[in-house]
Amino acid sequence: MTEFTKPSVEYFELWPLLVVFGVACLGVVVEAFAPRAARYVSQVVLALAGLVAAMVGVVLIARDVTTYDDGAARGILAVGGTIAVDGPSLFIWGLVLALAIGGVLLFAERHLDGGSSAFAGQASAVPGTDAETAALAARREHTEVYPLLMFAVFGMMLFPAANDLLTMFVGLEVLSLPLYLLCGLARRRRLLSQEAALKYFLLGAFSSGFFLYGAALIYGYAGSMDFALINEAVRNDVGNSSLLLIGTGLLSVGLLFKVGAVPFQAWTPDVYQGAPTPVTAFMAAGTKVAAFGALMRLFYVALGADRWSWQPMLWIIAVLSMFVGAVLAITQNDIKRLLAYSSVAHTGFILTGVLGLQASDQLAIGEITSIQAVLFYLTTYGFATLGAFAVVSLVRDAGGETTAIDRWAGLGKESPVVAAVFAFFLLAMAGIPLTSGFVGKLAVFSVALAAGAWPVVVAAVIASIIAAFLYIKVIKVMYFDEPVGDGPTVAYPSVLTATTIAVGAAVTLVLGVLPGPVLDLAAAAGEFIR
Amino acid sequence: MILTILILLPLVGALATAFAPAALARTLGLGFAVATLLAGVVAASQYELDAGMQLTETHTWIESLGVHYALGVDGLGLLMVLLTVVLVPIVLLAGWRESDAAGNGGAKAFFAWTLALEAMSLAVFTATDVLLFYVVFEATLIPAYFLIGGFGRAGRGRAATKFLIYQLAGGLVMLASVIGLYVVSANAGNPSFLLSDLAAIDIDPITQRWLFVGFFIAFAIKAPMFPVHTWLADTTEKATPGTSVLLVCILDKIGTFGMLRFCLGLLPDASQWATPAVVVLALISIIYGALVAIGQDDVLRLIGLTSLSHFGFIVLGIFVLSPTGGTGAILYMVNHGIATALMFLVAGFLIQRTGTASIREMGGVEKSAPVLAGFFLVAGLAACGLPGLSPFVSEMMVIIAAFDHHWLVGSVAVLAIVLAAFYALWMYQRTMTGPGLVSVADLDRREVGIVAPLLLALVLFGFFPMPLLDVINPVVHDTLAGVGIAQEGGHQ
Repeated sequence: MTEFTKPSVEYFELWPLLVVFGVACLGVVVEAFAPRAARYVSQVVLALAGLVAAMVGVVLIARDVTTYDDGAARGILAVGGTIAVDGPSLFIWGLVLALAIGGVLLFAERHLDGGSSAFAGQASAVPGTDAETAALAARREHTEVYPLLMFAVFGMMLFPAANDLLTMFVGLEVLSLPLYLLCGLARRRRLLSQEAALKYFLLGAFSSGFFLYGAALIYGYAGSMDFALINEAVRNDVGNSSLLLIGTGLLSVGLLFKVGAVPFQAWTPDVYQGAPTPVTAFMAAGTKVAAFGALMRLFYVALGADRWSWQPMLWIIAVLSMFVGAVLAITQNDIKRLLAYSSVAHTGFILTGVLGLQASDQLAIGEITSIQAVLFYLTTYGFATLGAFAVVSLVRDAGGETTAIDRWAGLGKESPVVAAVFAFFLLAMAGIPLTSGFVGKLAVFSVALAAGAWPVVVAAVIASIIAAFLYIKVIKVMYFDEPVGDGPTVAYPSVLTATTIAVGAAVTLVLGVLPGPVLDLAAAAGEFIR
Repeated sequence: MILTILILLPLVGALATAFAPAALARTLGLGFAVATLLAGVVAASQYELDAGMQLTETHTWIESLGVHYALGVDGLGLLMVLLTVVLVPIVLLAGWRESDAAGNGGAKAFFAWTLALEAMSLAVFTATDVLLFYVVFEATLIPAYFLIGGFGRAGRGRAATKFLIYQLAGGLVMLASVIGLYVVSANAGNPSFLLSDLAAIDIDPITQRWLFVGFFIAFAIKAPMFPVHTWLADTTEKATPGTSVLLVCILDKIGTFGMLRFCLGLLPDASQWATPAVVVLALISIIYGALVAIGQDDVLRLIGLTSLSHFGFIVLGIFVLSPTGGTGAILYMVNHGIATALMFLVAGFLIQRTGTASIREMGGVEKSAPVLAGFFLVAGLAACGLPGLSPFVSEMMVIIAAFDHHWLVGSVAVLAIVLAAFYALWMYQRTMTGPGLVSVADLDRREVGIVAPLLLALVLFGFFPMPLLDVINPVVHDTLAGVGIAQEGGHQ
């Protein structure tokens, strides 16, 4: 038994993580002690201040992050090597924080539904009972959602930065548990929302179990949880390789569940549909970013030397995700479910990028790395998704949000601006040029093609065509179909939602027209450190 | 700089029109279209014959992907630019009242989308960076989609969707080839999307074939060619005639333009390899398009299908890989643009008057509207290649080149002239002659003013095609030299 040594904590480099975690805890305290009337304002301000402070921290760290070891990557290993604060981590942190700010703004929206937020008045009240009616009448609302969001953000930051399997598992859980709760808090259609939360929780817990089992097997193989040491063990081919293979498979299940890849996609439509739309927006964008960061780190850093074991699996999963996502999305008649399946298809496209070359010394001049391509794609996808769901929350009828697609007919006449913005997000998701989605697709396709994964690229092209049909179908309904009955109405949002949508649209446009700076930023992020 | 101005003018015009007060929108839109026409004329006056790619501008756009904002025109590009800037004001004038009619999306939207489409089309014809070309190639689809879906007859939403799916499918297949080109250039040590850089790379023949297939599928859908033409008839039937002019006379030219510039220009070995298959497809398009056109009852659908036949001629001229064929094909692109625009617009005026597009329900129009009938007859005669009208020259050149290629190819192509006479004249007979069902008003001065320039151009270039040929010959010479076809005696 070796003696326990207390790890040193690099407070400056971990500042963003600590701030987010601290603010989350502070939020719990506010919830306990502040009077009900003061909670909404103080929670929103606290959450935003925390996120902005963390963002400033990310920028400061990124400015003087040092070169690591041989110079191909930059960053440090913090807390005794359990957290890697490197270029990709910082990029993902910045992205998650930006999306979280948008998330808080959407959470705080109270203009759309007659002066109350999208969350249940009293979550513990059984739907349809007097207690629920009383809570609604008293205009109660759950302000716990802000600390919960902050905890989820903390998890989303820890998950991709984790440099050993145990920390990664902790990140996974911290990210997931608040989201399970948030999903069940919808104000309207509560049964659907609670069902979604339970489904998400059960399946999520199950996939966490897979991850943990895989971590145990890998530990059995390599004798360590640390990514660098696992990589070392794989390289030297020590131990029983069936442990490694089974362990890799089980870890993949956990991660692929989180990114929503086929065959672990079954939860996405139900959860996306049931969760309150602001939660869906934040979760869809944030989780995917964090989980892809973690997935790349695990596969590239820990299992990079065993590339030929997992690469064929990812080929198949990428192709399956694209096709299953795109085809099933076409059959949906609920806009949130449609976007859920489209996110499954996008998972496939991002996986195509993961398959590219990984190290910059393997590249010809002028080619981009997979990390660069995937980070860029995640940026484009994150903002487009956040914006799209924010628009979904605006289209309403008497019963709350109208998510049935055929009820969106005539939206182009009813509210040209909202319809145009939504159409723009859809075109971005379809990858039409002059939107960010096109440059993202270009980036991931070109890294995959450069790595010789042309069958996947061909499949991706065909899947893109199918997916394009689905987005165009929605645009056609909005613009060219005759409205059913009264047609949809568009609630006039407060500055909070409007800002989120405007920023989402602006990012989508700017990254489509002038993607250079962000591509360069993703390139400057460099590689993962070991 | 002039090319950037040429693209920016209609783009700014589109935005200005979209945000202008409704009363002012049309005038403003037309003003921008005319300004663009003038800019086009200025560009043409700066153009020097026989000097290759010119009026060039190059700026880095996305550095890490080797993408440039690079513009330039050769003779082919210049002619397409001129065709575009001339046709757009005519289409706007023709849609002046029609686009405001009940059930349509409003004149403001029509003018704004048309100008946006013009800007993107001009960018397509002047782009000399493959990715920039791809970007604007796809970007043309959005205004086109809203023009088809927003204006025209019932069922247009469906037609618009069909159009967009077809085009996007082609575009995405091409994207794979575009990225493939880039990977090839990166492996060759100079990663770039610039046409000039790419042309300097020697791509191995097998890779060329894959890339060729990707490009060709996209351009065949665009052009359109058999068997990927089925969007064409639906679109022209449901959209307004003005939109159809934009689509068939301008946008579809991107297909054949792309074949010349990308397939022949960048992938010469693969183009030679593919020639037999492409020639067969072109012949099928020529004959099939004409045959199907004969049986149509809907005037607009009929005209759309005749274009399938005409595009078959253009592709045939390109892929017989001879100077006569190439020159004929490019000349055909210009002539087809003028003749088909005339036909669509006159048919549009006719439909406005009769209230139906069904040939069966028309008849005897020439008694009450002789001027309209006259224009319609000339357009029809141009379509079937009457000597003295410009399509005759180009059609003859392509057919001569086809006979040079192989007598069988020539004899099949020549059949189309007979079929064309059949569909054009029979359509005229059924709509204009015979017992009159209703008497309709003749073309008024505005309408004559809109279509007269097209008629004049048809006659002018029918007798004096030399100015066009002078611009075309150097392009054909350069392109064929790239493919490795020696040209007897050089060009004039």
